[in-house]
Parts: sequence; C-alpha cells; structure tokens
Amino acid sequence: MSEYDRGKRTVSGCGLSGMMSLTGERVDGQAIRSSIAILHERSNGLGGGFACYGIYPERADQFALHVMYDTVEAQEKAEELIGEEFNIDLDERIPTRFNPNIKNPPLLMRYFVLPRPLLLQEARLTAEDFVLQRVMRINGEIPGAYVFSSGKNMGAFKAVGYAEDIADFFRLEEYQAYIWIAHGRFPTNTPGWWAGAHPFTLLDWSVVHNGEISSYGINKRYLEMFGYRCTMRTDTEVMAYLLDLLIRRHKLPVELACDVMAAPFWEQIERLPERRQRLYRALRQVYGGALVNGPFAIIFGRQGEMVGVNDRIKLRPLVAGRKDDWLYLSSEEAGIRAMCPRPELVWTPRAGQPVIGRLGSKKVIGEPGAEVSTLAAERVGQEVAT
Amino acid sequence: MSTTTRDSDIRGRKARKAQRGARVQGYRPADFVWRRDADRCALCKRCVQQCGFDAISWENEPVADPAKCVGCHRCEAMCPQRAITIEPNPQYLRPHPLWTESHRKNLWLQAETGGVLVSGMGNDLPYPIIWDSLLLDACQVTNPSIDPLREPMELRTYLGRRPDQVEVAMTLEGPDLAAELPPNLELAVPVLFAAMSYGSISLNAQKAIAMAAEELGTYWNTGEGGLHEDLKPYAHRAFVQCASGRFGVTVDYLNSGAAVEIKIGQGAKPGIGGHLPGEKVSAEVSETRMIPVGSDALSPAPQHDIYSIEDLRQLIYALKEATNYEKPVSVKIAAVHNVAAIASGIVRAGADIVYLDGFRGGTGAAPTIIRDHLGIPIEIAVAVVDQQLREEGIRNQASLIAAGGIRSSADAAKAIALGADAVALGTAALLALGCTLCQKCYTGRCSWGITTQDPALTRRLDPYVGSRRLVNLVRAWAAELEEILGAMGVNAIESLRGSRERLRAVGLDRTTMDVMGVKPAGVGA
Repeated sequence: MSEYDRGKRTVSGCGLSGMMSLTGERVDGQAIRSSIAILHERSNGLGGGFACYGIYPERADQFALHVMYDTVEAQEKAEELIGEEFNIDLDERIPTRFNPNIKNPPLLMRYFVLPRPLLLQEARLTAEDFVLQRVMRINGEIPGAYVFSSGKNMGAFKAVGYAEDIADFFRLEEYQAYIWIAHGRFPTNTPGWWAGAHPFTLLDWSVVHNGEISSYGINKRYLEMFGYRCTMRTDTEVMAYLLDLLIRRHKLPVELACDVMAAPFWEQIERLPERRQRLYRALRQVYGGALVNGPFAIIFGRQGEMVGVNDRIKLRPLVAGRKDDWLYLSSEEAGIRAMCPRPELVWTPRAGQPVIGRLGSKKVIGEPGAEVSTLAAERVGQEVAT
Repeated sequence: MSTTTRDSDIRGRKARKAQRGARVQGYRPADFVWRRDADRCALCKRCVQQCGFDAISWENEPVADPAKCVGCHRCEAMCPQRAITIEPNPQYLRPHPLWTESHRKNLWLQAETGGVLVSGMGNDLPYPIIWDSLLLDACQVTNPSIDPLREPMELRTYLGRRPDQVEVAMTLEGPDLAAELPPNLELAVPVLFAAMSYGSISLNAQKAIAMAAEELGTYWNTGEGGLHEDLKPYAHRAFVQCASGRFGVTVDYLNSGAAVEIKIGQGAKPGIGGHLPGEKVSAEVSETRMIPVGSDALSPAPQHDIYSIEDLRQLIYALKEATNYEKPVSVKIAAVHNVAAIASGIVRAGADIVYLDGFRGGTGAAPTIIRDHLGIPIEIAVAVVDQQLREEGIRNQASLIAAGGIRSSADAAKAIALGADAVALGTAALLALGCTLCQKCYTGRCSWGITTQDPALTRRLDPYVGSRRLVNLVRAWAAELEEILGAMGVNAIESLRGSRERLRAVGLDRTTMDVMGVKPAGVGA
C-alpha cells in the first residue's frame, strides 16, 4: 500500500461478536469463529480479526508483543529497538497455517517481554506507559513495522481476508480464552493493509468497532492534546485511545467513560437528581471533545472485562445474550445463536447503554431486569419513568 | 459647492480647529442621487422629517441635497407613497484601477480638511472573504445523516475555564463530582451579542439586544460604556466590559454582570482606543459613563495599567478578586498577526474566555485608515489560536469567541468547525434592528435610531419590536445550525467544534490551507 493510501482514513461497516465467561472458564476459538462466520455478509473479505484474553497463562506477567513486518529492514530496526528497551523472554513466529484465501501475509512475530528495569526506573513511568510509548514509537517511526497487540495474557490476531479464514490461518482452535472478540470488516475504500484490520489494541485493551465516527476530526484533535498520535487513520484507533485516556489515565469508571463517549442528551441529564446532574454536566463540559458522534457499535475488552456499547441514538446494531455464566454480544441475534444455540436471554441494549460483563460478577450491567445500580441504568430508568 | 463633510468626519480637536480656519473646498461628487416621483408624491413632508442628516428640505415640495444623503434609505422606507428612489450617483468618474473612486474622494476630502478620516461599521474593502472559500461536509451512505425535525439536536454551549479531567469521587450513592468546575456561562445557542456600548448605540438598541439575549438564553455585552440604570434587570445576562477608558466601571457594575470582559482591542481598530464623539454624549450617556456632557469620550489606545502580559494577569486577577472568583473573565483582542501567541499568553495569564475580533469587525467610529488596513481575518485567527492552544495542551483552560464579520449561520458553523466555542454578532444584530449599513454611525444622526442619542431619532426604535427581530434572527440561525449538524450526522455542537475534518477549501492557496489546518476539496477522509 502506498504512503498516500496509508495517510487516508478508512471507513467501514462491519460485523462484531464477543463472548465472555464471567467465571473465567476458557474455551477455544471455534464458537467465536462460527459466530463471525454467520455474519459473513456484514464483511467483504477486506479485513478481520480476533482478540482473546487468558491465552498465555504460563507467561501471564509478561507483555506479549504481536508484531507484523512488511520488510526485513523493518524487522531489523524494530527488533533492535525491542532488544534495547526490553528483556525478551521468548521470541517466535506466530504459528499460522496455509489458507488459500489469506494472501501475502507479512512476517508475523511475537515477543514476550518486560521493560528493562533500569530504563523503566530512569523513565519514571509505569511499565504500562513505558510499553505504550515504545509501541507508539515503533508504529509511528518504523515504516513497515506494526505492533498489533501488546497486552499481558492476551493477544490480537488480524489479517486481510474473511474472519473465518483468518481464524483458520492463525489456528485459533489451539488457543483457550475466557473472552473472545471478533470482527469482520467492510471497508469502503482502499483495502489491503493488515495493520488496518480490527481489533485495534493498546496494552491489554482491544476494540472492535462497527461504524463511522462523524466527529472523527475533533476526537482526533482532542486526543492529540493528550499526546496520542492517530497514525492508523481508522476510527477504531480513536475509540481505543479515548478508552485509554478516560479509563486508565483519567480513572473514570467504565460506565462513566461510556457516558462520555455516548453522552446522554441534556434533556435526559435534566431529569436526573441534582447531584447527578452536576456530574453529568461537568462530564459534558469537560469531555465535549471525547463525545463520539455518529454511528457506532463497539465491543471492547480488557483483562477481566468485556463491554458493548452503542452511539447515543443507536445508529448501528448490537444485540446481547446470556446463558449460564456466559455473556454474548453480536451485531445480530444470529451471531449470538451461532455461539450459543439456546440463550436464556436475548435483548437489544438501548442507545448509549453499555452492557458490561465483569469477571467474578454474575450480574451483567445493562441486563434487563438487573437492579438499577448503574448510572447508565439509572439514566434509562429515568427515561422510562417519564 | 456642497460637501458631505461635517465636523465629526474629522477626528481630533486640533484638526477641527485647523479645519475651521483653513478649510479649502473643492469638487467632490455625491455618492447618491435622490429621486422623487412627483406623480406619486403626496407632499406629506414625511421624508423631510425622517432624514436624520438634514439632506431633505421643504421648498413647497421636498428637495434633496444629494451631497448630504448617506444612502440610509430611511426616507424611502417611510414614504407612504413609495415615491422615493435612492441610487448610486451615475455621474461617472473615469475609472482607474489604482486610483479608485473612493481613493479619490478620500483624498479630496483630506485636501479640503487636513484631518484624519473617520468611518463607522466594518472594513468595506474587497479583501478576500475566507468564509466563501470554505465548504461544509455532509453524510452519504457510510454514516447516516440525522433528521433534526425528528431527532434531538443540541446546541447548548458553555463558556469558561475547564479542568483537563473530571475528578470523580465514589460515594455510597454512586459516583459524584469530587471538585466543582470553575464558573461557566451556559448558552442555549453558540451565538451571543457583541460588545456595543451605550453611547455608540442608543439605549433602545441596547435594550432590544439585552431583552433578546435573555429570551434566547444567551448573553449580551455592555461594551465600554457602562450599564444604564434601565438595563440592570438584564445585567445577569451581560458581559460587563472594562476598557481602557474605564467608563462606568464600579465594583457594583463588575458584580452585576454574568462575566467581566477586559477590552484590549477591537477588530475595526486594533491598537486604537475607543472614540465616542461628543455629539453622542447626552446627559444620560454622561451619567452612565461618568464623563461630562458633550465631551469626546476618547478611551486611550492601551490600557494604562497594562503594558505587558504580566500586567494583564494582574488586572485579570484584580477583577476576579473584585467579583469573588464567581464570574469568568474574558479578554477581547483584535486579531493581529501574532494573535496565536498573544492568545496563548492571555490564557496563561488567567483569562477564562478569549474574544477574538477579526479585521472585518464593526465600530461606531474608527479612523478609516486603521479600520481598512490593520488586523487579520477572523477565519485565520480562530484557526491558529485554537491550534496553538491545543498544541500547548491548554485549550480546555479557556473558551474562544469569534467575531468580526459573521454574516450567516454558515459562517457561524465554519467558525465553530475552525475551533470557536461561540460566535458574537455585532453588525448582524444591528442589521436585524434595521441598520442598512450606511456607515455613518460616528455622526450620531442615525435615522433608524440605532447609533444616535437624539431622542427624536432614538424613539424610532421600539426595543420590543427590535428584540423580537433579534430573537427571530438567532432562532432562524439556530434552526439552520441544527440542519447543518444533522446533515453532518452529528447531534451535538461539540462534535462540530474544532472538527476541521468537516471543512474543505476551494480556491485557497496551499499556505493558507496549511495555516488553517483545512484540506482542499477533493481530498477525502
């Protein structure tokens, strides 16, 4: 892909699916594969991918860097940087198998690393921030090298092709995870860049996204104020950085971060109790640049948590389902039934209402009939009451 | 030979004295011709009464002195028989691309008088208008547009300082705000009224604006002329200005407003103080401004306690102390070449709002040469200031108001997309009140009752009617802004604010586009 094309932002429609065991039970990638396969029509073979949590239990304390290289020079440069900055416990090629529909794969490597203690001390950063900076540097400064996963005990796998072929190519049936998130992509302009596929990840965050952010321009400029460089030119990157800023750096609870990105309307805010009004007014005043406007449905995961949320007027589909200790999310009910043929409960979350599954908690936030314990639920409750 | 010159065309006592002694008249063709259809005319004398400029006299029928006619169209509008026509003077000076007619007329006037020429309203020279080279985006297929007739659209805007992040405290009843935000103004629409002082405009005009601001849920601005007793009920919706002349500034005045504004400069006259001709200083103006009746109210060019950015900081904090840190402090500057760095300094000095006035901004009176040749376009000023504040990571610390030539809701939308939080309307508001842009505000003879203090003229402007028209105007713009947002597929004004991705340039040179951070039309996302 030419530099010019790389500079363009790719917009796309998509299919999404996610599944999470609230008790941490790990399963292989076959169920998620069949779910995203049934959403085949929502993608066009120009990109797909998976994120899975709990796949590297034997190296759970190390950062797993998944890197793709277009050229040998890129590999040399990136490995030099990785070698200088990190202690590498293991480096290996990511296991793949031949699939006729996955064409021209780049060189795919993974490294299990920890920041060099002395450098970390000098940098006066948390290990996470240290890793984040190095990942940004590789992605921003070494052409042809791209880190597509950098969390602990999790991994992203993505490629150009249909998601079910990608699952096959990356041998996902050999991994065991308690969260699986999948994405099939329908980009509307120049295809063919592996790094541009979803999920988009940052440390142990992963995001899959269906939609086009109509407020991309300001979201990007807002993030730049906090040092994020949007190099990928995809909307999803913006989502990932916003989540990182709001939840990790500004320490907002996940529910409130969702309420920033899919902000309630002033009209709804004015119906809240006075104390809540003040909070929500402040959130909208301060985080206007982080309001994600336009159609989106996203599923994002991090260690121990999976969240699905829609834009503030639900311009893209998202369906949720439950059975036993599993939470399912998908663009369509068919996607849920492919993972779980007989769900106990299937519902359509309201606009802006996050569905949050947390490891160890059997209650899913945003589930119908759940106690009104979250802000989001309270908000909707108010709306229903009036 | 007749002439349009009157004393107040020429600024300064010295010049006027010189003029009285040494006026050397010469030929200057009139700007307009005044025609009356004698068949229609009912000889009612209304035109004679209506002209604020004594251009029409009664000699058994109305007779006009075209040289005195300013083209304000009051007589024409009020003629019950529609018998009057005002046209550009067809008496044709041989055209010359360099020595334009206005250059020649100005030169002749100066040869006649030896004075500094004075004008009203904004720069009227044909500089490029960048608004007209910018186009807005709309949604097609990949992201849906939103129908403002069927879905909520949010224009609510806050002005003031904000922290970078919200501190949330987890309490038993759920999350709560850990620290109150600094004071912010809430606007129902991202549009407010620009600073126009009592003195430069009539009390009725200011009353109309103040009432409209209250009804619209937005703010008006006292300008530098103090706050008239009658307007105190509307003070809670006012920016009260503290300018270099300190006219009418008392601690009660400061505390009566919603925000305090330090006026450093004005787009129409950067680097120049205010100039209210003595003709407009009536008894009531004198009381409100705390100056003698009939005296020229000349506010100094600089604020005499601000000779540096650290001095500005002191005044900002003096005003915050005086108002108990309960009101945002705005600093109004003219857009000049180094505006980005200046604005950044202002924010760092503690201002909560930066009011940028572009070179097209209006005025009641300014030296023509200053009005027409100093400053830079607001389009560029907003773009570079917003970018500078973002690069420095201080954009959250202050809001930006853009003013100086906002003609329509499209201009407002473009200003907001370039980075403004809100726009201020000065000339547009006066047009809504009936102004026809004759540019003779400085004479104090406005036939429409807007920029005059003559009771016979001011009573022509009914503040209730005026306020109705202003409310209509802003409501119409708000509805249009909602249409624009909907077409762009967003439903809150903050999603347009600073989103230059939604702007494309046609016919701008590359350097200007780079400076403004705008891509050319044809380049996609």
